Amino acid sequence: MKISHHFDDATLMAYSAGSLPQGMALLVACHLHWCEQCRERTRETDAVGGAMLDSLTPAMLTDDALNAVLACLDEPEQEFSLSKAEPLADDHLPAPLAQVLGKPIDDLPWKRIGYGVRQLDLELDGPGATRLLRISPGVSVPHHTHSGNELTLILQGSYSDEMGRFCRGDVADLDGEVSHQPIVDTDEDCICLIATDAPLKFSGLMGRLVQPFIGL
Amino acid sequence: MQENDAEGGDVNAAAVTPQEMTAEERRKQVRDDWSACLSALAETRDKSEFARLFAYFAPRVKAYILRLGMPEATAEEVAQEAMLLVWRKAHLFNAAKASASTWIFTLARNQSIDRMRRDKMPLYELPEEEPDPEHRDLGEHSVIEVRMKEAIATLPESQAQVLHLSYYEGKSHSEIADQLGIPLGSVKSRLRLAFSKLKAYWGEDS
Repeated sequence: MKISHHFDDATLMAYSAGSLPQGMALLVACHLHWCEQCRERTRETDAVGGAMLDSLTPAMLTDDALNAVLACLDEPEQEFSLSKAEPLADDHLPAPLAQVLGKPIDDLPWKRIGYGVRQLDLELDGPGATRLLRISPGVSVPHHTHSGNELTLILQGSYSDEMGRFCRGDVADLDGEVSHQPIVDTDEDCICLIATDAPLKFSGLMGRLVQPFIGL
Repeated sequence: MQENDAEGGDVNAAAVTPQEMTAEERRKQVRDDWSACLSALAETRDKSEFARLFAYFAPRVKAYILRLGMPEATAEEVAQEAMLLVWRKAHLFNAAKASASTWIFTLARNQSIDRMRRDKMPLYELPEEEPDPEHRDLGEHSVIEVRMKEAIATLPESQAQVLHLSYYEGKSHSEIADQLGIPLGSVKSRLRLAFSKLKAYWGEDS
């Protein structure tokens, strides 16, 4: 996979700091699964955390804290896997996403939200929203800007906008200063994962109408 | 660290005495010692070595978790859980890719996120490859971090502040923007500037 669009440094720093909302952290992990270059950069942003850990003023633990841990060392390791579902053997999707979805992408309950656009809300916790969009060839999303930060990872197909061409594996790392109008530029559906960190500004009927578009 | 610990013979083996080293060399020495100690733990499963790691890192991990805003009792518990993971995952530590401090930081961070998420969604960890024991060498990353700690101290206040709020207090970019009363874009550009300065300091080009 040839990846040409990567994350902003500030985004990888937030990932390393553990301060991204769940959906954005998922999206970053998905790209990292595919992108050696960003994995290497993440080692650097993690190292900032390591250096800071060293410089913290230690907070003493209670006297028996060490003994309590020592007593656990020989216990058989419990399964740490929090999700019972086996990750799908689906090379098409990055493993973290496949694990969350639990189904092949075509079996998901997609909802049609306008001409040539289908959506699936992952309904993750936290501020902002995380969703999959599936856009038909030739379809263009209306010109729009963003509120807060917004990450997009291309899972299949491609689109072009003012910033260039985005293909499978690429990420668009945008904030409120950017305005763009993506258009699907091959004869294949473009499927992307989109995560935001700001609560949606609209509600009610108006919100439902514009929700799919304020995010892309 | 416990210089007199009889169990730590390998760790404290140094060619030069502490008096002959510069401050930077001493810090690097300390860091390499802990990385070597952690690498050895995977082989020896020596509980006294683990106790030494615990004595140094557990209070730092707890301090970090407290800064994330967890109550005292929870912070203690999560720090213990993180240190238990250090024991269980020691075979996954690769000194060529991270220092002991960085690796333990990521374990503590993940354990904290896990605790804070009520709904127990899986953590999106990268697949972990067990390093070849032959190549579990100390890498350039440990050097990088010693320099970086000094670099962090040289950052302008405005950049050091966003770095701390992000890494230590786990604040999102939007939360930092609200707290400081500056635009989101300024938070991100300060972080970018801080990071590029840190990288310049450790002599590596992006």
